[in-house]
Amino acid sequence: MDEAQQAQFFALLEDSAEDLYEHAPCGYLSTLLDGQIAKVNTTLLEWLGYERAHLVGRKRFADLLTVGGKLYHETHFAPLLAMQGQISGIALELQAADGSRLPVLVTSVVKTGGDGQPLMIRTTLFDARDRRAYEKELLRARKHAEQAGAEAEAAGAEAEAARAEAEAAHQVAEVERARLQEVVAILQKSLLPPALPKVSGLDAAAHYHPASVDEIGGDFYDLFALGQGRWGFFLGDVCGKGPEAAALTSMIRYTLRAAFLVDSAPIRALTTLNTAMYEHYTGEDLRFCTAIAGTLVPTGDGATVTLASGGHPPALLLGADGTAAYLQSRGTLIGVLTKPRFTPVTTLLRPGDTMLLYTDGLTEARTKAGPRYSEEALVSFGAALAPVGARATISAVKDLLESFGEGLDDDTALLALGIPAHGAGVTEGAASS
Amino acid sequence: MFDMATSDRNNVTVTGRLDGPVALLAHGFGCDQHMWRLVVPALAERFRVVMFDYVGSGKSDPSAWDQERYSSLDGYADDVLTICAELDLTEVMFVGHSVSAMVGVLAAAGQPQRFASLVMVAPSPRYIDDEATGYVGGFTAADIDELLESLESNYLGWSGAMAPVIMGNPDRPELGEELNNSFCATDPDMAAVFARTTFLSDSRADLASVTVPTLVLECSQDAIAPRPVGAYVHAAIPGSRLVTLDATGHCPQLSAPEATARAILEFAGTAR
Repeated sequence: MDEAQQAQFFALLEDSAEDLYEHAPCGYLSTLLDGQIAKVNTTLLEWLGYERAHLVGRKRFADLLTVGGKLYHETHFAPLLAMQGQISGIALELQAADGSRLPVLVTSVVKTGGDGQPLMIRTTLFDARDRRAYEKELLRARKHAEQAGAEAEAAGAEAEAARAEAEAAHQVAEVERARLQEVVAILQKSLLPPALPKVSGLDAAAHYHPASVDEIGGDFYDLFALGQGRWGFFLGDVCGKGPEAAALTSMIRYTLRAAFLVDSAPIRALTTLNTAMYEHYTGEDLRFCTAIAGTLVPTGDGATVTLASGGHPPALLLGADGTAAYLQSRGTLIGVLTKPRFTPVTTLLRPGDTMLLYTDGLTEARTKAGPRYSEEALVSFGAALAPVGARATISAVKDLLESFGEGLDDDTALLALGIPAHGAGVTEGAASS
Repeated sequence: MFDMATSDRNNVTVTGRLDGPVALLAHGFGCDQHMWRLVVPALAERFRVVMFDYVGSGKSDPSAWDQERYSSLDGYADDVLTICAELDLTEVMFVGHSVSAMVGVLAAAGQPQRFASLVMVAPSPRYIDDEATGYVGGFTAADIDELLESLESNYLGWSGAMAPVIMGNPDRPELGEELNNSFCATDPDMAAVFARTTFLSDSRADLASVTVPTLVLECSQDAIAPRPVGAYVHAAIPGSRLVTLDATGHCPQLSAPEATARAILEFAGTAR
């Protein structure tokens, strides 16, 4: 380094320690152990807007802080400084003479004497306005994230609570449904005879297939004594389902039984029923049903059957000779017209003959192949079955119903009456459902 | 060493004359039991000195934290009683700094049979001014919010990553002690709860329940518990003794340890 260069460096270099202290780019503060200010540099005085005389010997370091800062100083800063002899990088806020605030980063060191005893405290303070603004941004971002997290958690908890509530409601509904099914089953049974009566020289069997365990169906049948060895029977289908249909079914069953007792001609019984329904259900609440009714009178080793039908599918006769044919008895829907028309049919059941009554749940069931089952299909089925007894008939048709699976979407009632073949003896009536 | 739950939970330490009377030292809001280290040697000559860290401070077990429990001074007093029961401490001289002075009042009211005397170091039963009664605590609620901001800006030695290392090695305390500022290092969330509980509580009505001999030890220059507050506490506890130390700041056990220890020992000599 030549002389000229050296001279230039001296001119630029800090040759005055005094100037370096006073105008350093940070605040300098020397305090006694109790915090009393003993020395302060110009930089800090300018930041605070105080005269030196305001501070030296008159104020403590903590007096320069905000109130919250004072609390922090007393509870954290001063104890740590006393215990460690130094503390660095603490964020505090100074309160200037005009009340404005200046964020600073504070570092303090305890100066000790030769014997190790603390003498005084040296403190530097750095302007931290930019840093503090940055930290506040970070803090705000963190709080924002935390709040979002908390909100998401709350939403999750709410969803979980809603799910639990739905689960509880579902369980209540399940219990209610089980109760309803029980009631439906009991009501349904009450609309059918508990068991078919024993009829001398006659083989009788029945079956009821409810389409739903939740709803009462509208199909019905009955078999009952008319005295002097004669028997009455009927089977039918009320339009609709549910409680109203059940009430109507009950009414039909007792009306028909009463009508048969007054006049055993099936046409008379159906006419009486038509009158009762027509008068009872008017206007909006139009109700009707289909029914097939008949009497059975012992004749020789067989029985004479008289049938009348109101809009109902025809009875199927399964002959002892292995043939199957419908017994056509035509008539109008019951409960619709003031003057219904019924055309009765009479036939003789011989030993080995069986007559099947059914509702359209059977013939209108959807087969697995697609199209609906039909009267044509049923007569073929019957022909393949005959000759056959009443119970075997019901058993075979039950199997047929099961083969439809989901396709069987309506209630189905079956009643089979047959004369036992010679040698087969008298068999008991049987009902199943 | 104690292997019982509370000892671990509160980092309980025992030193001094094990056959001596019990001095139970309770730190205040801010740092931990190390606050007492300059007065412990003098007290240890005569007392069995028991110290601990409140849950949420020092090397207490952070998993024992319960925000609701520690949002009331009763929760801290319960912990003091649990420590007394576990160590079977009786005839206890309870020395509480700052907010712990009031924790001691609550604990002594809960189980008076355990406590022989009370030393309240720089106590304050209420920090917020109460205009209705003219009580001057020295602070407003807004000041406390400012303190919470300072807490949030300064994590000191605490860091989420280091805490498990410090807390999980009670048998290697040097791990924690070597860390700068660790005496005052706390989870900022727990510190905020303790700060609110400390500075927003009003325990003035509890002072009347004190029946044991009591020393009120105040500093001549204390920004947190100024002299009118010391006088208030002294007046509210019948028969209490008030000693004003020529000391600056809120922690005479650090700024004037000899005078503090002497005042406690003198009181202990006459209180028994």
